[in-house]
Order: sequence, then structure tokens, then C-alpha cells
Amino acid sequence: MDTGTANYMKLVVLGLVTLMAMIAASYARDLAYQVHMIIFMIVAAGLFLVTLRSTDEPAAPAAPQNEYFDSVVRAGVIATAFWGVVGFLVGVVIAFQLAFPSLNFEWAEGYANFGRLRPLHTSAVIFAFGGNALIATSFFVVQRTSAARLWGGNLGWFVFWGYQLFIVLAATGYLLGGTQSKEYAEPEWYVDIWLTVVWLAYLACFLGTIIKRREPHIYVANWFYLAFIVTVAMLHVVNNLSVPVSVWGSKSVQVFSGVQDAMVQWWYGHNAVGFFLTAGFLGMMYYFIPKQAERPVFSYKLSIIHFWALIFLYIWAGPHHLHYTALPDWAATLGMVFSIVLWMPSWGGMINGLMTLQGAWDKLRTDPVIRMMVTSLAFYGMSTFEGPMMSIRSVNSLSHYTDWTIGHVHSGALGWNGLITFGALYYLVPVLWKRERLYSFTLVSWHFWLATIGIVLYAASMWVTGIMEGLMWREVDANGFLVNSFADTVSAKFPMYVVRGLGGVMFLSGAVIMCYNLWMTVKAAPAKDALATAVPAE
Amino acid sequence: MSILAKHKFIETNATLLLVLSFLVVTIGGLVQIVPLFYLENTIEEVEGVRPYSPLELTGRDIYIREGCYVCHSQMIRPMRDEVERYGHYSLAAESMYDHPFQWGSKRTGPDLARVGGRYSDDWHLVHLRDPQSVVPESIMPKYAFLEEKLIQPEYVDELLATHAFVGVPYTPEMIETAAADFRAQADPDSDYDALLERYPGAQVRNFDGQPGISEADALIAYLQMLGTLVDFSTFTPDASR
Repeated sequence: MDTGTANYMKLVVLGLVTLMAMIAASYARDLAYQVHMIIFMIVAAGLFLVTLRSTDEPAAPAAPQNEYFDSVVRAGVIATAFWGVVGFLVGVVIAFQLAFPSLNFEWAEGYANFGRLRPLHTSAVIFAFGGNALIATSFFVVQRTSAARLWGGNLGWFVFWGYQLFIVLAATGYLLGGTQSKEYAEPEWYVDIWLTVVWLAYLACFLGTIIKRREPHIYVANWFYLAFIVTVAMLHVVNNLSVPVSVWGSKSVQVFSGVQDAMVQWWYGHNAVGFFLTAGFLGMMYYFIPKQAERPVFSYKLSIIHFWALIFLYIWAGPHHLHYTALPDWAATLGMVFSIVLWMPSWGGMINGLMTLQGAWDKLRTDPVIRMMVTSLAFYGMSTFEGPMMSIRSVNSLSHYTDWTIGHVHSGALGWNGLITFGALYYLVPVLWKRERLYSFTLVSWHFWLATIGIVLYAASMWVTGIMEGLMWREVDANGFLVNSFADTVSAKFPMYVVRGLGGVMFLSGAVIMCYNLWMTVKAAPAKDALATAVPAE
Repeated sequence: MSILAKHKFIETNATLLLVLSFLVVTIGGLVQIVPLFYLENTIEEVEGVRPYSPLELTGRDIYIREGCYVCHSQMIRPMRDEVERYGHYSLAAESMYDHPFQWGSKRTGPDLARVGGRYSDDWHLVHLRDPQSVVPESIMPKYAFLEEKLIQPEYVDELLATHAFVGVPYTPEMIETAAADFRAQADPDSDYDALLERYPGAQVRNFDGQPGISEADALIAYLQMLGTLVDFSTFTPDASR
């Protein structure tokens, strides 16, 4: 098919999508659905116009096939930094909403109360910040380690922009009340379907590149990326099985109910942590730490054991979110046992990453980027020790439902995912924009210390409130009566909520400094010659 | 370490790596999820649990839409202090018609599994309007707009039909009368005998005390029935569950 015919087909499809979205918007039963259909309409109509303008025009020269497809990675780097700041900012806002409830402004009651902003925060950091980081770095790593250009041509752009559209739909949906209430899987049915399409395209790009690789071995980072992509596809589809009430509305009804739905949700929820935030990010670790340290991975054998043990064990850990609930004990026990065993591969991976610095430890003094990466591994080690501990039933009876869980999640998310991503961004920007070095290492140091102290404030304050409220809830007097009303425990947490918010402000400021530093690197750092992006010849 | 040496075969074959990884990650989920659908003691046999009435189901959707589950659990654990504070520990049977479940994961506010009947409708109304006016320590946002937003049951039959499709035992009659039942439950002057026959124990009141059916009516109707259905005299705990 020549490009002319392909363009006409595209025009027909885009025209139909525009028309259907227009019809759907006019029949819409709820605001979230209506706004989303208008967004679909605008996007499709815009693409229609762009395609129309290029039809019957001389074709633009095709991208050179002997270069890495880096433009999409550059876009991903920008998106990661942008959504990171957005996600952290919403996090700071909702942290202060919990300290000062009047920040749930009366004029924005129906849109910006804590209950609607909290999913916006979690999705923005996990899926928008983390997801863009994973897509961008995986596209970068798979091309370099396969010595091949990304498979699928413009499919890479479809993955990038399709994923941004998913983020916008999810975020606006929460504000407008389109949610199915499954934590970290709140978007409604049509957004889920869209994400599935984008994700399969992502899998195709990634796997296609591995298949056409010119290296005999598939590099270890790619095993982790691949397992992450495949597992997330499985989790997403099963956890979001639902039946729409009408094709003209956002409301859908879950296929599973009660105890089974709870099990499916936390099978999904814990492996959103296990695969999205761990396996995928371990892929980053296995590429960027050796690169930045200029040392090979510590142990090849350990990485084989690490990989298979981690992906096998993680998937079992979900039921530890449901200790002492109406979930049958056998399932909760399985979840607990596997969670504790999981400590081993987690630390195995951490050791493999840390020991990669063998012979290069002096870089910790001179290179703030490697310091950031190593600290991320330290936080990874800490939270993968804390997690198995909290999954023990008797510990969980205290920690569950409290802020301790929130603190645990953030030492992992801010410490591990945040810092390793920042490290990767600091590595990537000079390479992708062909700069000799970063604009300022002093600013990287500032970022490092602001982020690290921010995380410590966050985690420490949440340990205090979590353990305090857990103990206060269960405190009984000599006659066996409960000592504290629930409201007592709420007011007791106030000072720590302020400390937590300040920790968040520090972490956010660090990220803003990073954005400035990366921007100035592109703008002002001295350029480097262009050879680095050429795909090696056969 | 000869086994590890054979790993070369996997790591030079992309399809094999994909298939093996996928098989390895399916096992845990299969073992933990599938038995829950057929082991008979997963859901206790008790009397009283019924599908939500149309008004309660609408209220539940408002609860979901506002993200109440973010701060309120609906799952009382069998520890002494929880039973003391919130009532009998939650049974799996009590959420068997919850598509999706609302157990929650965090108690920024108290558990709501048995909040039904604990407070008056008036208290709920004032509390939704301005939580700090009745609980000064509360950090809950205000939800005053709910009582101003009037709602119609135009699509509630489709909502029930979809729940029936995924297994909730709504009869064709219940779906047909859904809109009428929706109105009847918020109107104490209506003829609600048939409603009570279809939804035993449903509470019929003008929950917000104002003319018309508002979102606050639906939400309070839902909150006031939470945890009130099970007849615990018919419950025998299963030691081996």
C-alpha cells in the first residue's frame, strides 16, 4: 500500500472516530463521559486535519533507519519530568488537606475534595511519572542493548501519545467523578480499553526490537522490562473486567464481587507495586547503574536467580493486604509466607546493584548522580525489608488501616522509584541531547539532599502517626473500655501531618530544581559530536 | 551451577523468555483466586443479606464517585477493640453483592461497615454539610452540594439490570419496578409495602427532610442500611475457614 492510499484510509477512520465521539458526547449521561468524548473528538479531528494537510503532498524524508529512535525517548524524558512535578504537587496539596481540612475549598467541593484528588495523586505518580519513566527508559535501553532501532516505526509515537491521552482521561475522570473505586485501577471501562490497546502496542514495539536484535543475548534489563509489560497487561485486564451500564455513560459494574473482588484487586494492587514499580524499575537499575558507574553488573548468576525468583514470588503477595478480613485464612497465610520469602530476591537484587560499584566506590564522593542511584537502592532495601515485616499477621494487625502503610509506600515510591528515575534522567538528558555533561552538579547535590531529607521526614512522621494511631485504637482501660474515641486519634496526628507535608514540599522542590538543571543542560551545556546515536553496523 | 549455564537457551530466545515469564507469573494468581469461586465455605451461610434497593444502590454509587473508600474502610476485623468500637466482625456474605467491594485499605476516618442506624438522618445531613460542626476534630471535607443536587431514577433500571447480569439476584420484576421503588423509599407517604417485600428491612424516609430526592437522600439511605442486614442468630463461625 503506498502512502497515498494509507492516508485516505487514515482519513476515513479518523473521520468516523470524530463523528462517533461527537454522537457519544451528545448522548452522554454523565459529565466525565461527556468531557472524555469531547477530548476524543478533538484529538481525532486534529489528527484528521494534520493527515489531510499532508495528503498528496510530497512525502517527508523517512527517518534514517541507521539511527536509534531517540526522539520518542526525548519526549518521554520531558513527560516524565512534567508529570513528576504534577504528581508531587498534587501529593503536597492532599497532604496539607489532611492537616488543614479547609483546603478542601468549598467552591471546589464537587471536584477537588480529598476523595477525588487522592486517586489523581496516586495515578499521576505511579502511572504518569513512573509509567513515562518506564516507557522512555525501556525504549532507550532496548535499542542500545539490542543494537537495533526500535521496531514498529511510528508505533513508538502512538505508544507515547496514546499513553499521554490515557493519563489525561484518567486524571480528568477522577476530578469529574468517573471512577470504579478499585485502588490504582480507578479509570472507567473505555479508558481501560484504550490503555489495553496502547499497552499491546508497547509490548509489540519492545518485543519486536528484541526479536530483531543484533546481540546474541537478551540483556538482563530487558528480561525485567519484558516481564513487567506482560504481567501488567494480565493484571490490568483481569482486574478491570466490568460491564458498562450503557455505552453512553462512564458507569460500569465489576464482574467480581465482595471477597473474590477483594482478592483480585489486591492481586492486582500489590503487583502494580511488584511489577510496575519494582520489576520495571529493576530494568532501569540493571542498565543505568552499570552505565553510570562504568562497571559491569556484579553477578550474572545472581541476576538470573533474582529475575525468576522475583517474578514468581511477587505475584503471591497480594493477600497480605487482607489479613484478618473476610478473606479465608488459607489465602491470607499464603500471602504472608510468600511475602516473607520475597525478602530474599529483593535483597539479592539490591546486592547485585550495590556491588556493581565494586572498585568504583570512590565515585560516591565525586558523582552526585551515582549517589542518587545508590541511595535509591538503599531505600529499596529498606522498604523491601519493611514490607515483608508488615505482611506478618501480628505486625499487620497493628499497621493495617494506619499511616504506617502510607509511610511504607512512600519510602518505596519516593526513595526507590523517585531517586532511580532522577538518576536515569540525569544520565539520559546529556546523552539524548548530545551534551558533554550536566549543566550543574551542585544543583544535583541540592536535589539529592532535598529529596533525601524530604523522604526521611515523610517516612519518620508516618511511622510515628501510624504506630501511634494503631496503639491508640486498641488501648483499653483497666475496666476493659476503649480509652480513645476515633476523633482523639485524628487530632493527635496533626503535628506529624504538618511534618509530612513539609517533607513533601522538600521533595517537590528538589524535583523542580532537577527540571531547571535539565532544561539548562539542554540550553546551555556544551554540545557533543553526533556519532553516539548511530546503530552499530552489521 | 550447570543449570544456570543452560539459561543461555532462554536468554537468546525472545519468545521463549516471554512465554516462560508469563507462565511463571500466572501461577500465584491461579492458586489464590480460583479456589475462592468454588470452595463452599468462602462465603458464610447467613440469613438477611439481600441486594441493594435502587435508592441504596444509587447512594452507593455516590459513595464510590466521591472516593469515600479512600478514607473509610468497610471491613471490621475480629480484634477485640474493633468489635468493641464498630460491632460484630464483617462477614464475606455481607459484601457478596458488592460489585466492586468497598472494604477499603485505610482508616483516615472510622470504619463504616456497621454505621447504619448509629446516627440519625439529621446527624448525617449536618455532618455531610459541615463535618466539623458535629465532630470538631474531623478532617473530612464538606459535602454540602449533595443535598442540593436533585436526582431522577431515569437509568436506575439499567443499573439494576447490569448488576443482575453479573450475578446479583435482581428479578425481572425488581428491574421493572426499580424507578418506582427508588421514589417510594424516599417518600414515607407512598405505598411502599411492595418495596419492603422486595427489599426486606429497607428504610423508608425522607432522609434529607427536603422536598425532592437529592444525592444526600440516596447516600444517607445507603449509609443507614450498612451492616444492618445480617441476622447474626443464624451465623455459626466455621473454625477451619
